[in-house]
Amino acid sequence: MDWQWFHRLGSPRWFYEKTSRWMPWLLSVTLVLLAVGVVWGLGYAPMDSKQGNSYRIIYIHVPAAFLALAGYYVMAIAGAVGMIWQMKMSYMVMRAAAPIGAILTFLALITGALWGKPTWGTWWVWDARITSMLILLFLYLGVIALQGAYQQQQTANKACAILALVGTVNIPIIYKSVDWWFTLHQPATLKLVGESSIDPSMAYPLLVMIAGFYGLYSWLLMHWVRADILQSESKTSWVKELVAAK
Amino acid sequence: MNNQSVALNSNLTPPSTTSLYSTLLSVFRRELRIAFRQQSDMLNPILFFLMVVTMMPLGISPQASVLSELAPGLLWVIALLACLLSLDGLFRSDYEDGTLEQCILSTQPLYFIVLVKVIVHWLTTGLPLTLVAPVLGILLALPADGFIPLWLSLLVGTATLSFVGAIGAALTVSLRKGGLLLSLIIMPLYVPVLIFGASTVRYAVEGVPYGSTLAVLGVFFALAFVLAPLAIAGALRMSVEE
Repeated sequence: MDWQWFHRLGSPRWFYEKTSRWMPWLLSVTLVLLAVGVVWGLGYAPMDSKQGNSYRIIYIHVPAAFLALAGYYVMAIAGAVGMIWQMKMSYMVMRAAAPIGAILTFLALITGALWGKPTWGTWWVWDARITSMLILLFLYLGVIALQGAYQQQQTANKACAILALVGTVNIPIIYKSVDWWFTLHQPATLKLVGESSIDPSMAYPLLVMIAGFYGLYSWLLMHWVRADILQSESKTSWVKELVAAK
Repeated sequence: MNNQSVALNSNLTPPSTTSLYSTLLSVFRRELRIAFRQQSDMLNPILFFLMVVTMMPLGISPQASVLSELAPGLLWVIALLACLLSLDGLFRSDYEDGTLEQCILSTQPLYFIVLVKVIVHWLTTGLPLTLVAPVLGILLALPADGFIPLWLSLLVGTATLSFVGAIGAALTVSLRKGGLLLSLIIMPLYVPVLIFGASTVRYAVEGVPYGSTLAVLGVFFALAFVLAPLAIAGALRMSVEE
């Protein structure tokens, strides 16, 4: 098998130049998906018989929560690749994934609180999913804090990769434990929107939004990595030429 | 410094003459000796445990009915915090005096050396905390049925806390102010142990069989015992390379 593409991927310059061509395409696809999803979901999807219009926040909430969780695995896998193959590009992806993931987790929590107020009559409930999301936010913030504590970038990269991998082993255990804790303390009087029983007319815009959020996530991640490349490679000739040309 | 006078003799002799067993035994002896020379490190977590427990009736209510309701959770949360506080120094002096480098250079696997160090850390912090916990249970009016489960759950739980927490201690050992950071990165990972530890005591108080939750704590311990030293060894290598 030809492994050249893999080695090229490790070159910041190659990555930067390739993504310069991809970024506009990715952005336009993402914007179209998000626009279609938002208009369809907010304007045309039918109203929920029990929750009225307030359920429509799931078009932001569910995709954000989806990617917040997936983002942790992106971060951990990037960290593992960085540790195994000593790729600095991979560490850059890991570094970028932490703040983006934290923001998405925060967005999911905030939209959940906004939805909870009209539906449950309170901003905050110690529900299993909400609690798990809060702990996920703490895990992200821990990685960000560890990243910032080290003077040397290389050490910070390795430390964060180890912490992210430890977190990956723990996330399923934490989720299961919190689930169990919730059933122990509160009988299921509060039930979230059952995603499985959602009507197709409501589900299709949601799928579009999820696809749009995946696009947005990839775009943000690339953008962040590109900024990181320019910063860490600022001493190289190609970056200097790039800056001089602008 | 007292620690420097205790040399890791076995690591300095040629590899052919020392077996894994004798190396680990000497590490075990050395760690215990250091712990007993610095008794304040052993006593401080217990004092912290006692003082925070004293704050609870003052801050909430001295009424036995209120306290006994909260006791299982409070005792577990405070024990968890006391464990966290004891972790900061786990690898610090070894890092500063170069012992850690010798452990890494040693021909014996770092995995087992780390394992022994964490076991000794638990013997000198988690175990004493467990031993005094029933006394503090009296102070918080813990119902009589809760004492044995409290003791058992802390016995298994604090060992897990030591293993998981040591990952954080190893990651932050090269930082000058690692203490608070260590708590921030490790506390989310303590959530499952806290949930099942406190539930074991609560089950017992409510008269429900608590064997299942205790068994889950045992699973956590087994996982941490096998997997955590891998992460600790990796983190220590990274910290020394810096």
